[in-house]
Amino acid sequence: MLARWIEEAGIPTVTVTMMPEVAVHAPRVVGVEFPFGHPFGLPGDVALQRRVLLTALTVLAGASAPGTRVDVDVEWPVPLRDAYKSWQPAEPSPIVAAMLARMRGEG
Amino acid sequence: MRVDSFRFLPRSFRPLYEHVAAPEGEMPWAPFEPRLAGATIALLSSAGLHLEGIQPPFDLERERREPTWGDPSWRSIPAGVAAGELGMCHLHVNSADVLADPNIALPTDRLAELAAEGVVGAVAPQHVSVMGYQERSLDGWRSTTLPEVLDLLRGEAADGVVLAPV
Repeated sequence: MLARWIEEAGIPTVTVTMMPEVAVHAPRVVGVEFPFGHPFGLPGDVALQRRVLLTALTVLAGASAPGTRVDVDVEWPVPLRDAYKSWQPAEPSPIVAAMLARMRGEG
Repeated sequence: MRVDSFRFLPRSFRPLYEHVAAPEGEMPWAPFEPRLAGATIALLSSAGLHLEGIQPPFDLERERREPTWGDPSWRSIPAGVAAGELGMCHLHVNSADVLADPNIALPTDRLAELAAEGVVGAVAPQHVSVMGYQERSLDGWRSTTLPEVLDLLRGEAADGVVLAPV
């Protein structure tokens, strides 16, 4: 929602997101199919970070209508199983832990 | 290629994010007027970054006590920050990769390079860091953080903001 509010205040925004389907509030969206925590790519991968940022700037400056979405056509270079595991925190977040406890009937 | 928004999401979380409806009302639109090569650009990350030892970290202890609460405060991050100067507070993602190279969440170095090459006009002196997990109402963001962030962005004459939720 920050994007929407900043835009409402008159400052143009672009949102780089792993979940473009969910970013329905944002006026300009760049989608990346990357693990959470990695909107601009892999650590040390200057070329990929630059590509995503350039795409975002192009959409920021060039989009002509609200609701513009452009997806970055890059497949995450790490095997899915490893990538899926490695973005997640070592311990479940408090809200996830609480939900899991409730599902097990503890809460 | 169309991005699959759910590729890296555990299947059990999927119902929380599917069928998200757009907020009511018209989509806001602020036209981007300047040439990119003449524009000042700011970054905003939701990775919960702070200047280690200088700024207070985001409050994770309260979130541990109250799992539906998330720290709504914000930090300004100087554009020239070095990787080792940042700390990260976010209980919902693994912070190792961001701490190894903060450019994956807040690409300060990449933006500075594009400014040096003349692709963008200038880098805003301060970028913005928030912690992305928030109370459902977003009251803290709306009442305090948003006006303060807008003051910062206006003060540094930012022509556009690149936001990156983690």
